[in-house]
Amino acid sequence: MYDVAIIGAGVSGAAIARRLSRYRLRVALLERCVDVSFGVSKANSGIIHAGFHHSPSSLKARLEIEGNRAFDGLQAELGFPFRRAGIVVAAFSVEEMKTVERLYAQGVENGAPDIQIVGRDRLLALEPALSRDVVGGLFAPSGGIIEPYRFVFALAESAAANGVRLFTGWEAVGAHRQGDEWRIVSAAGEELAARWVVNAAGLRADGVSAMFGAEQFTILPRKGEEFILDKGSAGPPSRVIFPVPARTSKGVLVIPTVEGTVMLGPTADEGGDKEDTTTTPENLDRVFRLASQMVPRISKRDIITSFAGLRPTLPGDDFMIELSRAAPCFVQVAGIQSPGLTASPAIAERVKDLLKSGGLELREKTEWQPGIPRVNRTRDHAPRELDRLVARDPAYAHLVCRCEGVSEAEVVEAIRKGHTTLDGIKYYTRAGMGRCQGGFCTYRIMHLVARETGLPLERITKHGPGSELVLGRIGSPP
Amino acid sequence: MIRRAIDAVVVGGGSAGLAAALRLRESGATVAVVEREPFLGGILLQCIHTGFGLHEFGEDLTGPEYAERFIRPALSAGIEIFLDATVTEIGEELEGRSVTVLSRSLGVVRFSARVVVLAMGCRERNRGNVAIAGTRPAGVLTAGLAQRLVNIEGCVPGKNVVIVGSGDIGLIMARRLTFVGCTVRAVVEIQDYPSGSARNIAQCLNDYSIPLHLGHVVTRIEGRDRVEAVRVAPLEDGNPSPNREFRIPCDTVLLSVGLIPENELSRAAGVPINEGTAGPWVDADLMTGARGIFACGNVLHVHDLVDFVTEEARRCAERAAVYLEGGAREPMIPVNAGANVRCVVPNACAPGRQNVFYLRSLVVKNDALLELRVGGQKIRTKKLAHVQPSEMIRFGLEPGAIQEPDSDTGRVIEVAIR
Repeated sequence: MYDVAIIGAGVSGAAIARRLSRYRLRVALLERCVDVSFGVSKANSGIIHAGFHHSPSSLKARLEIEGNRAFDGLQAELGFPFRRAGIVVAAFSVEEMKTVERLYAQGVENGAPDIQIVGRDRLLALEPALSRDVVGGLFAPSGGIIEPYRFVFALAESAAANGVRLFTGWEAVGAHRQGDEWRIVSAAGEELAARWVVNAAGLRADGVSAMFGAEQFTILPRKGEEFILDKGSAGPPSRVIFPVPARTSKGVLVIPTVEGTVMLGPTADEGGDKEDTTTTPENLDRVFRLASQMVPRISKRDIITSFAGLRPTLPGDDFMIELSRAAPCFVQVAGIQSPGLTASPAIAERVKDLLKSGGLELREKTEWQPGIPRVNRTRDHAPRELDRLVARDPAYAHLVCRCEGVSEAEVVEAIRKGHTTLDGIKYYTRAGMGRCQGGFCTYRIMHLVARETGLPLERITKHGPGSELVLGRIGSPP
Repeated sequence: MIRRAIDAVVVGGGSAGLAAALRLRESGATVAVVEREPFLGGILLQCIHTGFGLHEFGEDLTGPEYAERFIRPALSAGIEIFLDATVTEIGEELEGRSVTVLSRSLGVVRFSARVVVLAMGCRERNRGNVAIAGTRPAGVLTAGLAQRLVNIEGCVPGKNVVIVGSGDIGLIMARRLTFVGCTVRAVVEIQDYPSGSARNIAQCLNDYSIPLHLGHVVTRIEGRDRVEAVRVAPLEDGNPSPNREFRIPCDTVLLSVGLIPENELSRAAGVPINEGTAGPWVDADLMTGARGIFACGNVLHVHDLVDFVTEEARRCAERAAVYLEGGAREPMIPVNAGANVRCVVPNACAPGRQNVFYLRSLVVKNDALLELRVGGQKIRTKKLAHVQPSEMIRFGLEPGAIQEPDSDTGRVIEVAIR
């Protein structure tokens, strides 16, 4: 029997799990996909927002500011790629400057640190990649960039190290009350008992809520397509560049990712279904048109890949983080879209408070470990320093992924930590994320997975059952 | 970190690297070959079809057989061979270059080399490069990766296959996949003409009744976990026609949409790159704009035939050997691509000796004329029965065909197709 079962191991669920791991609680983290961060979080833009986009009356704005503050401490503990690169909003007309003034006032009221309005010259000095047509804008130095899946992996790893049980490939399909407990049933027919349930199910939070007889609501997916430009593409910006925002989204951005590529997007398209992660040629053209108005040097020739993610939105666009009034011992964490990743540390804090107010006893563990072991990466070391690493394990001197400089030792570490799909290994190590998009490293990674897990090559998948990379062996019947 | 001084480091142990290393060794130089894979031979090892060696050996060999002709001598020539080893950096030293290598068996090795030969080959263009819309399921892979999976790993990538692009590797794979029991539903080519050779169209598609859709594009990939279908549309005025779009059910999409010389290492070493070839600018010695760094094979420009790679690599090594001996540099005249020519390699001519040029046409044409002009004056023409972008044109220029430049006269050779 668990004290708390968290449904969904995206950034919210993983942050909540880690927060609860500080207490003497039995916590289960349930994820329907084969790995954590495989749902909404994998397609996150990787921005730590600075707290000026949302109205002071919203829950979002408060949690965004609180969450933003937590990232330096979290990075020190968990070692994920993160940098406070700063955010600029670029205005191209006097009208747009009016909106910038409104954003500034909103940011000040929200408590965004050091936020400032800047004139054209200062803006261009802050971000030389911007078009000379800018007239001015906003600068928010506390904004940052982060590798989203690495953050989720680190949270989940830290939670697990402190006693949280992670169940991947565990899809909750039914629930009922038995005495003081929730009995949750998985797609595979397993049953798990918990006193409290936290619904952090992302796009499926509405279905999960209904399954527990809690509030009725509908999560609407808002699709965002993103395009990635190669490292070394012409003049990547040094800061996150926002346009002056439109009504339903923050607009198409130019993002220097923390690992050196450039990301363009996201779009914001409503009305699709929860599986629709298609990219479209129309949006490719649109994103490039909008992005190149801000940063003229970008080129379609540098695209190495594209993808689409789905934001789980609620009517009114705010987060819904509350104790259910309809179902007992049930916490809603729904509608967590932008700035959900930024807010996640604060979301976790709020869920902890809600559980406490609902009567869950929280007793701190004295043995709680905030840190996790650092991931060694060959590419972070100068040749001279590498000797020490290589002396420990020669596989650090064997590059598996040439484009991102990922060594065999890093891939093996990912596999041993349970990331046994091609996508899981890619998110954990970046192997296959570079310019050749796995053309050279896929078979090498397949061999390492086979060696470490004993799986035959035809059982190795891209992202779980049904996504096998090859469909058979020569000479053996299908 | 192991430190070593050596005359020449050859980056890559494929067809170009092996031919260059052998010729450099013959000249008496000390040579190291650094190869990423655990075997020498490069991509040839996965090319188990025939068609290699007709020019070089007058024989029709498979890729591994062709490679073997170079691997055996290389193993006994006193060349130092580093396998499972990757060059991570080429730096500058007082005399020559530093080459940093990561090797699984030796750790970090740093060479002080007087000459570096770039022979890293190329990579395949992928889905992102050609921006195919749709979902991102398993079953979308480049033709070369599929070739590796089938011919070396013994895997069958899928059952029902659509091939995007009609490059030679894609055509070869259409036949190969048919042999292992797959059904190749179609080859879809955006151009009005095939990008692979006429021989491969006949022997790999027509012989197996595989449909080739010229002037068509894949507009979308469908399927959540695994590919379920592609949507294909003909081009009308350069855009896919939505009314004539059709769907081909399949579980696998192979991409054969071109090759890109892999020059990230070269760029980082300060080697200037020619946008026309995506390879380094090279002079008549096949030396790049960075002194002491030479380039040959597919890292320099994408070749159609390995035989020409071998020829080019040997010439490159001969010039590198002269450079090592401190031989005087000959005067050279720059060579530029003129009308209807996409690129020409090398980018300079040494009039005092035999020169060989490789170029690619921008047009499809019968009865074409290759024209060389110096300072606007026609100095040489050659009749070509047929030209098309997918077929490399080779031509030689004998010693003395062009007057040596007496001083810095600013003369330029222009190569054009009329």
